[in-house]
Amino acid sequence: MIDTINREIRWQEARITRIVARTKTLSSFFFLPPEPFAHRAGQHVDVRLTAPDGYVALRSYSIASAPNTVPEIELAIDRLDDGEVSPFFHDVAEVGDEIELRGPLGGHFVWSPTNGGPLLLIGGGSGVVPLLAMIRHGFAEKSDARVVLLFSARTAAEAPFLDDLLAIEAEWENFTLRLALTRETPSRPSDYARRIDGPIITDTIKTLGAAPKHVFICGSNAFVNVAADRAVEAGMPAEIIRTERYG
Amino acid sequence: MATRGFTGRPREPEQKDRVPPGQHLVDYFPVLTAGPTPHIATESWKFTLKVGPRPVKTWTWAEFNALPMTKMVRDIHCVTTWSMLDTTWEGVLIDDLLADAFIEPPTKFLLAHSYDGYSTNVPAADLLTGKAMVALKYGGKPLERDHGGPARLLVPHLYFWKSAKWVNGLQFTERDEAGFWELRGYHIYGDPWKEQRYTDD
Repeated sequence: MIDTINREIRWQEARITRIVARTKTLSSFFFLPPEPFAHRAGQHVDVRLTAPDGYVALRSYSIASAPNTVPEIELAIDRLDDGEVSPFFHDVAEVGDEIELRGPLGGHFVWSPTNGGPLLLIGGGSGVVPLLAMIRHGFAEKSDARVVLLFSARTAAEAPFLDDLLAIEAEWENFTLRLALTRETPSRPSDYARRIDGPIITDTIKTLGAAPKHVFICGSNAFVNVAADRAVEAGMPAEIIRTERYG
Repeated sequence: MATRGFTGRPREPEQKDRVPPGQHLVDYFPVLTAGPTPHIATESWKFTLKVGPRPVKTWTWAEFNALPMTKMVRDIHCVTTWSMLDTTWEGVLIDDLLADAFIEPPTKFLLAHSYDGYSTNVPAADLLTGKAMVALKYGGKPLERDHGGPARLLVPHLYFWKSAKWVNGLQFTERDEAGFWELRGYHIYGDPWKEQRYTDD
């Protein structure tokens, strides 16, 4: 599943068309690049901000939107209090602003319906974003791949895109959502009120009805280490597990 | 073109000479890895030097630790845009490895290989003359598993994906052969001062 990038990935001035709050700290920013590009679910874009003295800040953000659904690229940006770029987006950026970005980038943490399933996705907090793009893509194409998302957050209110995920689960029979909430008891009995552990992963895999073909895990390094170790212990070969960790 | 309303963090003038364009300083050591973090026991650890398909020499952990140790203090730069200044490392210079195997560089290119199947290509000139090492210690302590322990390649003047974690071999190749990230859209060489992040940069 190697994705060699054949064309030059150029910087573009993309206009912010919408800003939608998802949780208290995370918002979706929709960008319209003058030359729209087709991405694969899981890929990211680089965003470049330039100060008046020429200083440049560069950051990568995963794309939350599915390929080919809208001309805009949806980036979900979590506000980090000690950050340099995310506070700019939350406190300064407005609809109509032009922001330099380029993409799509990344050829490893990617999935398309043609790659098939079953698919085990494990996300912690805003680590759900590239996984959401995969789920949205599978749903948009009514993929016959079985997909389960194990999604850990402190509370339901702090789980970004939870409403969207529940809506997809209600409409797409191949998709199952399992929440693992660490600071409150979930309302659905099928969810978990604890941190992700071995039994949760084993249970989650059972919803697929067959061994996963691909496993994608995204979140903080500590979260990914625990989830990946438990997945290996549950019998997943390391070669099928792809991880993405926030730096 | 300036971004409306963006000023960025306050920065020291001397940073300009040490922090490459598009990079920012962090005060902790981030971890980025494409798969699960492997567990490697030093009892079974081995490091193999190859020329093409031919193994030239293999070292055990004890043999490797008996090689001359060198300390390095270097700035490091990750393609995901973080940089750290004055990181301290200890390990075996690639020059000392080749000397112990009694070989001169037979080709101009190498691939580094790792326990998790990762690989990355580096020209021989970038690994020799004291530029690079197989690091066993970071900050005076044995290298943690998260950061590539027990041993990782350290090529501090290139983007840090070239400094392969969990390294278990170096292989001379006839041609410059792309490694794991180089096959997945990242630059074949990766000079941070030229911002060689992606294939066509």
